[in-house]
Amino acid sequence: MLERGLEEKTYVLNLGPQHPSTHGVLRVELEMEGEFITKADPDIGYGHRGHEHMAENRTYPQFLPNMGRVDYLHALAYNQGYCMAVEKLIGITVPERAEYIRVITAELNRISSHLLWVGAYLMDLGAFTPFLYCFDDRENILDLLDYLTGSRLTYCFFRFGGVPVDIDDDFTEGCRKFIRRLRSRWSDYDNLVTKNVIFIHRTRDVGLITQEQCIKYGLTGPMVRGSGIPYDIRKSEPYSAYPQFDFEIPTGERGDVMDRYLVRMREMEQSLRIIEQALDKIPAGPVMAEKVPKRIKPAAGEVYAAVETARGEFGCFIVSKGDPKPYRIKLRVPSFGNLSILPEMAVDTLVADLVAILGSIDVVVPEIDR
Amino acid sequence: MVSYFKEVLVGFASLIGGMAVTIRYFFKPIVTVQYPREKITMTPRYRGHTQLVLDPETATHKCIACELCARTCPSQLITVKGVKVDAKKKVPWQYLIEYQYCSLCGLCLEVCPTSALEWSNEYRLANFSRQDNVIDLLVRLQKQQRLAGVAVTPIPEPPAETEAEASSSGEVKE
Amino acid sequence: MIAGVIGVIALVAVNALFLIWMERKVSAHMQLRPGPMEVGWHGAIQTVADALKLMGKELITPKDVDRWVYLAAPIVIFLPVLLSFLVIPFSQTLIIRDMNVGVLLILAFAALSVLAILMAGWASNNKYSVLGAIRSVAQNVSYEIPLLITLMSIILMVGSFSLVDIVAAQGRYWFVLTQPVAFILYITCATAETNRAPFDLPEAESELVAGFHTEYSGMRFALFFLAEYTNMFIVSAIATVFFLGGWHGPFLPGLVWFFLKVYFVIFLIMWFRWTFPRVRFDQLITFAWKILIPLAFANLIITAFILKLR
Repeated sequence: MLERGLEEKTYVLNLGPQHPSTHGVLRVELEMEGEFITKADPDIGYGHRGHEHMAENRTYPQFLPNMGRVDYLHALAYNQGYCMAVEKLIGITVPERAEYIRVITAELNRISSHLLWVGAYLMDLGAFTPFLYCFDDRENILDLLDYLTGSRLTYCFFRFGGVPVDIDDDFTEGCRKFIRRLRSRWSDYDNLVTKNVIFIHRTRDVGLITQEQCIKYGLTGPMVRGSGIPYDIRKSEPYSAYPQFDFEIPTGERGDVMDRYLVRMREMEQSLRIIEQALDKIPAGPVMAEKVPKRIKPAAGEVYAAVETARGEFGCFIVSKGDPKPYRIKLRVPSFGNLSILPEMAVDTLVADLVAILGSIDVVVPEIDR
Repeated sequence: MVSYFKEVLVGFASLIGGMAVTIRYFFKPIVTVQYPREKITMTPRYRGHTQLVLDPETATHKCIACELCARTCPSQLITVKGVKVDAKKKVPWQYLIEYQYCSLCGLCLEVCPTSALEWSNEYRLANFSRQDNVIDLLVRLQKQQRLAGVAVTPIPEPPAETEAEASSSGEVKE
Repeated sequence: MIAGVIGVIALVAVNALFLIWMERKVSAHMQLRPGPMEVGWHGAIQTVADALKLMGKELITPKDVDRWVYLAAPIVIFLPVLLSFLVIPFSQTLIIRDMNVGVLLILAFAALSVLAILMAGWASNNKYSVLGAIRSVAQNVSYEIPLLITLMSIILMVGSFSLVDIVAAQGRYWFVLTQPVAFILYITCATAETNRAPFDLPEAESELVAGFHTEYSGMRFALFFLAEYTNMFIVSAIATVFFLGGWHGPFLPGLVWFFLKVYFVIFLIMWFRWTFPRVRFDQLITFAWKILIPLAFANLIITAFILKLR
């Protein structure tokens, strides 16, 4: 190490694929000068599983379980996006009650994804206890969804035309109890995390993203909302039953890590509001559309459906040539675009800051590699 | 000068607030379940691997070996081999699932015309070899029948010629 | 004297055993889980099992390490801590050697551990270790200064460096009541000196794997670990002696009170670890130089004023 030290000023450090802070197998190649980073280059592809290739060789119903595995933390939203795309393609409408059930379960899943993000992010920063508290809260959601769907993480719950199983009173009662419980926990999170001076110093004015950068890099989700742009697909291109609910889109002011954290915390509260309203207003009726063809063979055409997931906009683009198997399915995942701003944010920061910034992007690496 | 002290005091107060939360949780009861000594019951819809439904009226399974489930499985892990009993009726003599590949999607349950499949509640599915992960649901049905106290359905004999290859080699048709 | 040394070694061993178990239990209950439960009653002898496991591990010496420095580092980090036990008054009569510069001895040995960390990091021939060692040296040196200054306030009040005198001067009331700011500053500096969270940057697991002791395995790693916990005991003992009245207390014998107070301070330090996130390196140094040192100086000057005016 001593021989070359006098000529070269920078050295290369690998935040390698196996590392506790990169959420998934992501390699970031850092060129560092002392403690400061001069260049950061993310390297993806370690988790490529070929989902889009699988889509070309499976029929439409057979591809349903794959959608839960693309992003396992908010699997129901991905299910919803795919089902919406195929329903548009074959032209069936989903009954009202099924839309409400979809919204309730997807919002519960969003809360569980954000809770996991909070826990994992604070663990990256060095506070080990909020992780356990978040998982304790999350356990309630997982139990509720386990009661309804049978799975805890990678749900394959929605079907073309609705949902296969109806909710009952136990589920509704459990949801309301959960809403009350989580609302009572916000003050604990505030005291333990949000007001903590060490946390504030770690996250204020770190990883700033301007609004022009948001648009230039095609960011979506809490990244964009943290910088002040109130872009949420649930409001700008409403789908499913969302137009019937009254909720706000929380935005930040400066676009630093702290703002993104606050946006996600407030989004959880808004999700609770949506679930409450949905449980109050849910209409009676069937949960599955009547005329769902047994063999799904859509007409030739293309369709694109976008949903708002915990990470941003997920889009499902399907090209059909009239066969039972799709010709091409393209999944537009939010983490891919969100990660692309990392090299620009990481210049001239310390490694500790890089960990904070990478965590705040909320990447789920398997969805980048699909 | 004043702002310096205010910053220090506000920071210090926030730290004490955080410590108050942790010490409160210190005295709360634990929420984990000590697994081997305490067990949780699964919800009724919990997705363990699939199993044949024990029909309460006929005290046996409802499978007619139509192989729709084998054809619809995205991971092609179901192997159903049937044998004709009358001119029209078919019964399975072997129903294998390799549940290590199963993604628990539920398509086989929904496509079955006689609703012959259901989720078992098995969650202790770890094994020492791959062969242990292949189970014959007809053998499992016999265990279910013994637990329910009904007569055990004998497994039918395979047909004389092995003409069963053609339909269930696991290729995804349609 | 010999009996004292043997007693100290036994104390260090049992203390480490107990502290590791206590840390795991405290952290577990703060996180709503039970912690070790299998080995012994509520996991009481879990540490023994872990120590046996560590002793059975292969001592891997990586290629290209600076051999003698690498081998000496765990010893150099452990010995000064062990020697600091010489002057601590466990009770009215239990002290190995009452020196009239007792405090200076302990602080001098605390400074030696910085050298050991640098040795460990440099000799490991590993980028991560060197980074960890550099950070740790900067941190330890920066936080020693407010540590000394807060202790100086107490020494001014008592007028002697001997630990026995300091404890004896707290007969009527403990110094924590008259110097609460010094107590808080001291606890902060003590957590930083022992490299515990929120100041555990040298061992930051999520950033640098394990910092300066990445390349140590088996018994050598155990020595680092042991040194950290024994150091925690020493700084807590100093806090007890200086602020919490040493072995003074009603009903129970002095030795019991001493240990109760030491373990209370250790509980405080553990409580910090499981509540706060980690401080970034430049914020760490800023905190020491811009906040702790001015406050410590202010405390010292006010103490001096009040003592003069009396």
